[in-house]
Amino acid sequence: MGRKIRSALKRDWQIWVMVMPALIYIIIFCYGPMYGIQLAFRKYDFAKGITGGEWVGMKYFMQYFESPMFWSTLKNTFVISFFSLICGFPAPILLALIINSLRMKRLKRVVQTAVYMPYFISTVVMVAILQILLSPSTGVVSNLLRDMHLVSSNVNLLGTPSAFVPVYVLSGVWQSAGWNSIIFIAALSSVDGQLYDAARVDGANRFQQVIHVELPAIVPTIVILLIMNMGRILSVGFEKVFLMQNNLNLPVSEVISTYVFNIGVKGGQFSFGAAVGLFNTVINFGFLMIANLISKKTADISLM
Amino acid sequence: MEELSRRKLSMSDRIYYIVVTAIAVIALLVVIYPMYFIVIASFSNSNMVNQGLVILFPKDINFYGYRKILERADLWVGYRNTILYTVIGTLLNLAVTLPAAYGLAQPNFKGRRVIMTLFVITMYFGGGMVPTYMLVRSLHLTNSYFVMIIMGAVSVYNVIITRTFFESSIPIELQEAATLDGCSHFRYFASIVLPLSKAVISVITLYYAVGHWNDFFTALLYLNKDEYQPLQTILRNILISNQAMAGTTGAGEGGYAQQYADQIKFAVIIVSTVPVLCIYPFIQKYFEKGVMIGAVKG
Repeated sequence: MGRKIRSALKRDWQIWVMVMPALIYIIIFCYGPMYGIQLAFRKYDFAKGITGGEWVGMKYFMQYFESPMFWSTLKNTFVISFFSLICGFPAPILLALIINSLRMKRLKRVVQTAVYMPYFISTVVMVAILQILLSPSTGVVSNLLRDMHLVSSNVNLLGTPSAFVPVYVLSGVWQSAGWNSIIFIAALSSVDGQLYDAARVDGANRFQQVIHVELPAIVPTIVILLIMNMGRILSVGFEKVFLMQNNLNLPVSEVISTYVFNIGVKGGQFSFGAAVGLFNTVINFGFLMIANLISKKTADISLM
Repeated sequence: MEELSRRKLSMSDRIYYIVVTAIAVIALLVVIYPMYFIVIASFSNSNMVNQGLVILFPKDINFYGYRKILERADLWVGYRNTILYTVIGTLLNLAVTLPAAYGLAQPNFKGRRVIMTLFVITMYFGGGMVPTYMLVRSLHLTNSYFVMIIMGAVSVYNVIITRTFFESSIPIELQEAATLDGCSHFRYFASIVLPLSKAVISVITLYYAVGHWNDFFTALLYLNKDEYQPLQTILRNILISNQAMAGTTGAGEGGYAQQYADQIKFAVIIVSTVPVLCIYPFIQKYFEKGVMIGAVKG
């Protein structure tokens, strides 16, 4: 046995050398923090380090569950993710079907190039653009909405709690629908041409071909992506919410990740922050498992 | 041929194509216009911008905003830092990701399954923000150039994309022939695999580089000294301070300050975003391939 391992090592040592840097990185920077999760069950003690504090069990979890911030952060996180999923998930599929249907090659290429572009804009710039376009006195979008009598004059959309989620979600769709459509466009391009011919012979018009040929062809891709998105239902991107936060919209914009940052990292309540973060991770993992199970049972498609 | 197929279109198909083209054009305008607006507003008279007079073309062209930001030393420090983080960080990313992906693509490699499982778990489960922060702090990496380069050195997602590419696009016979000729893994990887993998290398380079360029989170968490701050942080500071300036001067005679604040904002946005938008059309042709490879094994 020992000799077998030794000969395998001798044969594969170059591969080990090649894999080692990545493995070491993952162990230190991904598994290291996982080991550090015990902080959530310990009272943090500066002198004794992360793993040396007194064991307090579920104390910090209970403290979170009993605080008024529990429901408000949970609700805010869920609402933002839910609407991001509802609007953000179908948009790229529709966009891909539309792009795939374009007959003018040049228009198709122009549309593709353009819709991918916003994805490369940083979150900082994205939020700045929102601030400019939605500025109450001078913003182009604000003026437009006012002229259409959709909002009252001088409304500050970024400071209005009820506008926070729509602004967040729609700007998210604007930024990433194009990029997310690539995967569906790629799936559509691999549809067998004979399927279209067969549909045409059966008298299907172009729209019916979309429904009966193209949609079924991308269903596996849709399901896989849906499962992966379910696993992120409670992990709202930290950056954008954080950057869009202000005192006026805080009641709807304090999500779990920003709460962890504000209270755990900035506020120095490390154990409490770690507990809230772990709660979030566990819920996410649960959602992922449930979605995976459902799709395995119903459609025989799963991640693992 | 085109003529022929056009004549064959039925009425319902014709309507379908008209509707689809119309929607595509609207989507195009919705995406393009805000970006176009920022560009023309950056060198227009900002009073006119604020009054809603700049819609299709720049008016009263001037470069005040650009001239003003040239004077800001902190912006150039941020620029230099970000270029540094992006170039060195991306090189490190590639140096770690490509060999690892090659190793994990070897069917006979004994550690393959275990290591792959270890990697994939981290995509769905992690320690979270606070334990990661504590770890980085206890390694004394905060407030250093190093933290900006090392964080995110390996993206498991990119390892998987690359591995799948190696498995599916490089013929196994090549390796068999190379092994027969006594070619080592190192040499085979460097002289055969890498030159054949331009598509996937371009895609992951883009992913990593854009990630570094746009990174705000790492700096927010781990840096508090000005000299290390990347462009995104400086950008945020400029944008916030201008916001405050515009806020305090009020609506009345504050027009002057507001005017310049806005123009600086527009210029800063352009200057920080254009480098990224310039690179990406060159790599665009690889996108679909790259994203599709990633999707196969998700």
